[in-house]
Amino acid sequence: MNRFVLPLGIFAALVALLAVGLTLNPREVPSPLIGKPAPHFELPQLHETAKTFTEKDMLGKVWVLNVWASWCVSCREEHPVLLDLAASGAVPLYGLNYKDKREDGLAWLKGMGDPYRLSIYDFDGKVGIDYGVYGVPETYVIDKFGVIRYKRIGPLTREIVKDKVLPLVEELGRA
Amino acid sequence: MLRVLPFLLLATTVSWAFAKEAVPAAADPALEQRVMTLASELRCLVCQNQTLADSNAPLAEDLRNQVREKMRQGASDSEIVDYMVARYGDFVLYRPPLKLTTLLLWFGPLLLLASGFAVLLRRVLRRRPAQDLEITASERKRAAELLAGNESERR
Repeated sequence: MNRFVLPLGIFAALVALLAVGLTLNPREVPSPLIGKPAPHFELPQLHETAKTFTEKDMLGKVWVLNVWASWCVSCREEHPVLLDLAASGAVPLYGLNYKDKREDGLAWLKGMGDPYRLSIYDFDGKVGIDYGVYGVPETYVIDKFGVIRYKRIGPLTREIVKDKVLPLVEELGRA
Repeated sequence: MLRVLPFLLLATTVSWAFAKEAVPAAADPALEQRVMTLASELRCLVCQNQTLADSNAPLAEDLRNQVREKMRQGASDSEIVDYMVARYGDFVLYRPPLKLTTLLLWFGPLLLLASGFAVLLRRVLRRRPAQDLEITASERKRAAELLAGNESERR
């Protein structure tokens, strides 16, 4: 009987290891940017091309940056969540229109509603690279000191907003 | 003629498609070689089992351009790798760095090999040597007969 204990134990450990492995999402790459200052950018705005916007404009405020594109399918799914978040007024929401055609981006916001205070226009995706964007939509929570505190890869859901984003925003707002 | 028309159309479409994908000849082959060598060490984040060199994903293309641009500006390979890691983490590296969190990754196989040897060694050492058997005179005689091939005759 005893001779089965060890192999069985090893087998059980292996099963446990693989079971945990199966529940992990390999698409979710931990971002090295958490806890680091938000990379610098200065980009033209989507609506008013003559004006620029930079992350420095937001120093002293907790804010959310959402990377979106009109060609992005999951953004469509995410959009109502963003509209609700913006309507709640809990946190200023800014958009980064990523590798899009300007007219497509504008048409998207016109057709589906514009949750953003403003969107910046990253035509060649350079700022996206600086922010480590690889799967649009992506969302960043940035604190008063311009430090990235949270990053979500993939669409925001109501659960994530309620359980992660809003509590974090509140906590950072108090700090 | 009408029957052939769709095929003709299709044939021309295919050639357009190829024409669109044709890559412009590299201006500097040596630089291109360097870009591709480094890119084959980096993981494409969109299609995770391809290298940056192999992938046709738009982001991979952008990142290759970024690598090329940095090299033109005189950046060293390790500077470019650092640039990628700062944005996408160690995950972009096909050869992960040696740190506390990757110890098991690096030495796990060695550990398995060593434990295999340990088990093997223990088994071999535990095996008792065969005991000398006392053989009686009649057994010895029978063995000799068997070796001589006379067993069947005796029966």
